[in-house]
Amino acid sequence: MTFLKVSDLEVEFCVDKKKITPIEQVSFEMKKGEVLGMVGETGSGKSLTAHAIMGLSSLVGGKIRGRVQFGDKDLLSLSEREMQSIRGSQIAFIPQNPMTSLDPVYRVGDQIVEGLYKHRKISKRAAKLKALEIMEKLQIPKANHVFQQYPHQLSGGLKQRIVIAIGLCTSPQLLIADEPTTALDVTVQAQIMRLFLKMTKDKGIGLLLITHDLGVIAQVSDKIAVMYAGNIVEFGPIKTVFNTPHHPYTKALLNCIPTIGMKKGTLDAIYGNVPTVGNYPPGCRYQPRCPDRFAPCGTIVPKMTKLAEDTRVACHKYNGSKD
Amino acid sequence: MWIYILRRTLLLIPIFFIISVVVFSLIHLVPGDPIDSLLIPGSTAEDRVELTKAYGLDKSLPVQYCVWLQKFVTGDMGQSIIEKQPVKDMILYNMPFTIRLGVASLFVSFFLGVSLGIISSAAKNTFIDYISMIIALLGVTVPAFWLGLILMLIFSVMLGWFPVSGSGSLKTLFLPAVTVGMGGAGLIARITRVSMLEMYNKEFVLLLYAKGLSRSAIIIKHIFRNALMPVITIFGLRLGWILGGAVTIEIVFSRPGIGSMLLSALYRRDYPVVQASLVFLTMAVIIGAFIADLMYAYADPRVRDVYK
Repeated sequence: MTFLKVSDLEVEFCVDKKKITPIEQVSFEMKKGEVLGMVGETGSGKSLTAHAIMGLSSLVGGKIRGRVQFGDKDLLSLSEREMQSIRGSQIAFIPQNPMTSLDPVYRVGDQIVEGLYKHRKISKRAAKLKALEIMEKLQIPKANHVFQQYPHQLSGGLKQRIVIAIGLCTSPQLLIADEPTTALDVTVQAQIMRLFLKMTKDKGIGLLLITHDLGVIAQVSDKIAVMYAGNIVEFGPIKTVFNTPHHPYTKALLNCIPTIGMKKGTLDAIYGNVPTVGNYPPGCRYQPRCPDRFAPCGTIVPKMTKLAEDTRVACHKYNGSKD
Repeated sequence: MWIYILRRTLLLIPIFFIISVVVFSLIHLVPGDPIDSLLIPGSTAEDRVELTKAYGLDKSLPVQYCVWLQKFVTGDMGQSIIEKQPVKDMILYNMPFTIRLGVASLFVSFFLGVSLGIISSAAKNTFIDYISMIIALLGVTVPAFWLGLILMLIFSVMLGWFPVSGSGSLKTLFLPAVTVGMGGAGLIARITRVSMLEMYNKEFVLLLYAKGLSRSAIIIKHIFRNALMPVITIFGLRLGWILGGAVTIEIVFSRPGIGSMLLSALYRRDYPVVQASLVFLTMAVIIGAFIADLMYAYADPRVRDVYK
């Protein structure tokens, strides 16, 4: 059975009476317990994709189109009420910025318990014990004390762990983590990431990990989806994509990773900037920055082309080569 | 926290002195004196001098102030020049009426204002929002005495649901409370709406939705709680103001109370009564602000930590 299959996901917003579609043609799938890494520069639509899967974009006035198959349900056809029973219960979310993602006037413990209490119909006491257990697993020192604290009394690292605990406490089947460690010091980043990944693996939770850290993706992901300007440009198993990247953007991105022993001054950068929403160029959106561009790139939007089982790329160079 | 409360309470003492000086000077600066209303037609200049002396009004202002203050701090508010009874008794008699009206109108202000604000913020830019905000705007702009007369006309004269005036039962309290409370309700509704609208786009709200909470639970439990600070500020200001604000309404509905007592005392320059009731009303404003400060600490744990 399908675990998660996103097809032709599109989000449309209305800004100043002008319609913009920050993400379009987003398609990918995940198997149960798999880790999918989603990379892309700032503004490429990674977070929006995450929000759209959970149906959060429609709450802030966006229109979501396409299909999000989760198990045997199409999430986009569910009512808001039905979505509420899935959100936080079967699909959980870890937001980008732990500093501003907790309600400042409630104790953090109550904020962890809130979701548990709503979805699992357990007693307050049992919910608290469960929350404390997760907090201890996340190596929160003096969990009992932290449980009673307010967000402003905690350090960034602790707040991050609380936000992760909120995501993990209901043992969801799918966890969407939007750059779960970017707000932290590099020293704690690695530690928290490791803990967090171990917990998702132990529980068999499917993880959609959004990050711009290719190093993390390389270590933990089974598959990778590369996003550029609101589209997925390449999708495939992590080894295939890292060893033989197809899309010129993926290639360029991989060339931007510094390695030890590299000669000084040879680190690549991608020429130009990511186009902003509403100012996408015609045809392929990467075309103005692409070294390999040729005739159709400037006029025709490239479609996702299947190269092998599970490997797809949206680039005219590979159009019709296989499939 | 207790240290903070103690410090604020001690601060009331110097504030009381400043208020008493201002009140005392102001009332004596107004031309005319109570002797005018005491003199019966045909009295002589000698009678006047005698009466002035009897009430101690011939002494210089600073001396009069000291005498008054010395008595005041020992609990003796003096004798009404006109009514010939202790000011304390007059205040004690009138105060319950004013406090009853004040508390009732605060309830109206708070519950009507907060509900209108929450509803209109949740239904932003819809018909419901516009209607709520028009009601709020009317509440703020329509003068209370006019609103009182109109309410009286509709509910007492035409429908006969409530008595026109009086001060006995709860029924008599309803119309005056609504009249006084409407202004505050309008202000609180608008502040609640704006403050809540600011919260809807906060990042933590996204996580609340992601937890699977319903919109109404998020609005009531989280957004409203977070939007409470400016609402408390306005509420605190109204808290003190409402006792004084009831002055005209007590007269419109012919209710006894500090307001109507103060007004008749002012007309006849009944110095001791005016001084005592003005000090009472200004202290109410300050205590209102004080209560608001304590409510901040209750509403926001970050403020609580600052006080520690």
